[in-house]
Amino acid sequence: MAAPFSWIRPDPHGVYVVPADAWIDPSKAVDRALVTHGHADHARGGHGQTVATPETLAIMDLRYNTREGATPVEYGETIRLKGGVDATYIPAGHVLGSAQILLEHAGERVVITGDYKRRADPTCPPFQVTPCDIFITEATFGLPLFTHPPIEEEMAKLLSRLEAYPDRCVLVGAYALGKAQRVIAELRAAGHSQPIYLHGAMEKMCRLYEEFGVDLGELRLVADHDKDDMRGAIVVSPPSALNDRWSRRLPDPITAMASGWMRVRQRARQRNVELPLVISDHADWNELTNTILEVDPHETWITHGREEALLRWHQLHQRRARALAMVGYEDEDD
Amino acid sequence: MEEFAALIDALIYTRSRNEKLRLIAEYLRAAPDPDRGYALAALTDGLDFKAVKSSTIRNLLKERVDPVLWTLSRDFVGDTAETASFLWPDPVGNIAPPPSVSEAVDALSAMTRANAMTELPRLLDRLDSAGRYAFFKLATGGMRVGVSSRLAKVAFAQAFEVSVDDVEEYWHALAPPYAQLFAWAADGEDPPDTANMPLFKPFMLAHPLEETVVGLDDYAAEWKWDGIRVQLVHVAGETRVYSRSGDDISATFPELVDALTIPAVLDGELLVRGDVQGGDTGGAASFNALQQRLGRKTVSKKMLTESPAFVRLYDVLSLDGEDLRSLPWRDRRSRLESFIPRLPDTHFDLSQLVEAKDFEQLAHIREGTRDDAIEGLMLKRRDSPYVAGRKTGLWYKWKRDPLLIDCVLMYAQRGSGKRSSFYSDYTFGCWDGDPDAGAELLPVGKAYSGFTDAELKKLDKIVRQNTLNRFGPVREVERTLVFEVAFDSVHSSKRHKSGLAMRFPRIHRIRWDKPVHEADRIESLRALIRD
Repeated sequence: MAAPFSWIRPDPHGVYVVPADAWIDPSKAVDRALVTHGHADHARGGHGQTVATPETLAIMDLRYNTREGATPVEYGETIRLKGGVDATYIPAGHVLGSAQILLEHAGERVVITGDYKRRADPTCPPFQVTPCDIFITEATFGLPLFTHPPIEEEMAKLLSRLEAYPDRCVLVGAYALGKAQRVIAELRAAGHSQPIYLHGAMEKMCRLYEEFGVDLGELRLVADHDKDDMRGAIVVSPPSALNDRWSRRLPDPITAMASGWMRVRQRARQRNVELPLVISDHADWNELTNTILEVDPHETWITHGREEALLRWHQLHQRRARALAMVGYEDEDD
Repeated sequence: MEEFAALIDALIYTRSRNEKLRLIAEYLRAAPDPDRGYALAALTDGLDFKAVKSSTIRNLLKERVDPVLWTLSRDFVGDTAETASFLWPDPVGNIAPPPSVSEAVDALSAMTRANAMTELPRLLDRLDSAGRYAFFKLATGGMRVGVSSRLAKVAFAQAFEVSVDDVEEYWHALAPPYAQLFAWAADGEDPPDTANMPLFKPFMLAHPLEETVVGLDDYAAEWKWDGIRVQLVHVAGETRVYSRSGDDISATFPELVDALTIPAVLDGELLVRGDVQGGDTGGAASFNALQQRLGRKTVSKKMLTESPAFVRLYDVLSLDGEDLRSLPWRDRRSRLESFIPRLPDTHFDLSQLVEAKDFEQLAHIREGTRDDAIEGLMLKRRDSPYVAGRKTGLWYKWKRDPLLIDCVLMYAQRGSGKRSSFYSDYTFGCWDGDPDAGAELLPVGKAYSGFTDAELKKLDKIVRQNTLNRFGPVREVERTLVFEVAFDSVHSSKRHKSGLAMRFPRIHRIRWDKPVHEADRIESLRALIRD
C-alpha cells in the first residue's frame, strides 16, 4: 500500500492529484484542471478539460471564450475521476460559483478550499464545513489584525457619505468579479434603490450574475450618461480605474474602495482612497482559525497569503501545518 | 474620545485642504472644553507625555498577544500605534464608557514609566479600535494626519470667525488646553494679556516683483539672503527663536537664545558661518550647510563649533518694550542701525542696503550677483509700517534669475489631490557622457511645477503613450522629451546616484523641439556645484 496521502502532491503550479492526472487551480495550462472559482489567479484558460461549477464555467467562458472540455459539476455532486478519485464540489461562499473541492481516495479525505469566506453573501451559497484529513486553505488575510467589520456597517458608511454630498458621486472601486456584485446586492438589501452606474468593464459580469438569478436592481453604464445624471449616485469601477483618466468624467467623485486591505490606514492612503470600505470576500483571521478548529483536520496545508502567521497559530495550538509556497495566487485588490 | 478619533480618521483620508479645515473647524465648534483644546494641542504636536513611548506600547502588547504574531503584524502595518489598536483584545462584558480626551490627557500626565503598564490597560479597555488608535497617537505624539500647525490655526480662526493673525499672536501665550483662546474666540471674552510674554508676531511678507518697476526714492533695496527667516523675541528675561511658520525653534539654535538679552523683537535671516561665501560683510555658508542644523531637537557641541548660527537683521518690531510696527520702514531701519552695536557681533550683523542710482542700475547689480548666500534682492517701501502677511505694494522679492539646464524626462509619478489622475511628478536626468558614444542618463532631479494645465494634459498623454515599465505608482518613460529645468542652486549629495542635488527645480519650458541627445551632460551641472 502506498504511503498516506502520496496520491496528492503540492507543486508551485497547483495541487496535483496523481492517480487522476488532474490539477487543482493550476497556474499553467494542463490536460485536466479542477477549478475552484473564476478569479484569474485560480482559473486560467487553455486547459484540455476543465471541471468546475456551471457558474464558474460561465465566468471562464466570458473571460477566455473557451467552452471546449468544460465539465460542469453542481454543488453537492460527486464525480469519479481517473484512478479511483472522487471529487465533490461544496460551496465556498467566496463568489458566484465558488467551490471547495473534496477529494476522496483510498479512504483518505482532502479538502481544497480555494478562496473562501464565512459571512453571508447574497450572491452565492454559504461555506460548508466539511470534515477531512488534510485541509488545504488560503490565508490571504492571515494576520490577527484582519477582522472584517459587519458589512451593514460599511454600507451605512457609504450611504451616509452619499447623502451628505448630493452634488457629488461616490466612486466605489471593487473587484470586477464578485466584490462589485456583492456590494451592489448589499446596497439593494440596505434599501438603496436608485440606479447604480457601472464602468464598462463591469457590465458583462453583472449581466452574468443576473442570468444566474442574482438581482442587482437598475444598472446603468457611465458611458451612456452625462456628469449631471450621476450627481448623488453610486458608481462602481474596477480598482485600477479609481485614479485613472476615466474618472474625470464623473461629478467630483468621492473615492471609495471595497477591500479587506482597507483596514490598514496607509494602504487606503496609498491608493488615494477617501472612503475605505472594509469589505472582503476572504475569511478574516478569526474566521480562518475558527474554520480550522471546526474542520479539525489532521493537517493543514496553506496555499497562499500570510502563511507565516497562520503557521505560527498552528504551532501555538499544537496543530500540524505546512506552507505550500504556491506561485501566482495573490489578491492585491480584494 | 470617539469624536476625536473620528476626526483623526477623517483627516487621514482627506486630501483637500479646504475639507481638512472644515473638519477641524466643525470639531472645534462642537467639542466641549477642555477636550477641544487638548485635541488642538495634539494636532499641533503640543503634547508630550514622558511615560508613554512606542516601546511602552510594544511591551504592553507583547504581554497580551504572541510576540511572533505581534512582529508579523507590525511589519505588515508599518505603524506601532495602529497595529496595537488592532491587536488589543476588544473588551468583553460590562464596559465603562470611553474616556473623554481630557480624561485621557489627565491620566497620561499622571502616569509614570513604572505604572504605565498597569494604568494604560484601564483606558484601553474602554475604547474601540479607532479610539485606541487615536489614544495611542495622542499618547506618543506625531499624529501624521497631514495637518501643519498653521493649518490648525487657520481652522481655529475659521471655526470662530476671528483673525488668524490674532490667533497666531495669542497662541504662543498659552499652553494646552488654551482655555483663554477659546474663551476669547468662542465666547467673546477679553484676549489673553500678552505684554510680558515672548510671543511670536506674524511676519510681514513680500510679493514677487515680476514685471513691476519701482522708483528707488520710494523703495529701499536689500540683499535677499538664502537662509531661513527667523524672529527673535526677548521679553521679561526670556528669549525665543521662531521660524517662518511661527514654530519655536529655540532648542535648535541655543547660541542665539543666549546672545539676545535685551527686550526686543527682531526680524532677520538665520545663516550659518562659513568662509566660502560672503556678500560684503562676509561669513555665510550656503543653504546646504544650514540645512545640517535644521530640524534637530538637540544640538551637539561639534555642530555648534563647526556651524555656528548668526542672524543678519533687517527689521525691528519692538525695542525696549516699545512696539515699533506702526512706524515707517525708514524709522525702524534707523532704530535698528543704532541698536545693532548693543548686540554681540558674533551672532548678529546688519543686512546691508544695496545702493544704486536707479532701478536700471539695480537690475544690473542683481544680474551680476552669483553669491550663493544671496537669492536676489528685496525691495521695501520706505514709508510702510510693519504689517502681518502679504500686502500688495509694500515689500517685493526680486529673486535673481534661476540657473537653467536641459534634462531628459525619465520617470513620471501620479500626483495627488486634484492631480491624482495625472502623471504630474517628473524625474529627469542628464547624460553621464557623450550620448552618441553610448552614455547613459542619470537622474538629477524631480519637479512637479512650472507647467500649465494644458501642458500637464499633454505631458500626461506622453507618459501614458511612452511607458516602458511600471513600478507601483511610477512609470518609466521612453527617453523622448527634453525639459528646460530652472533651479536656484546645486549641491553635492551622497544620497543621489548622480552625486548632486538641485534646489527648487521646476520645469521652465518644455522643449518639444529638442532632440534628447542634445540635452546637457552631468558635467555642466557639476560645474555649478557650490558647497
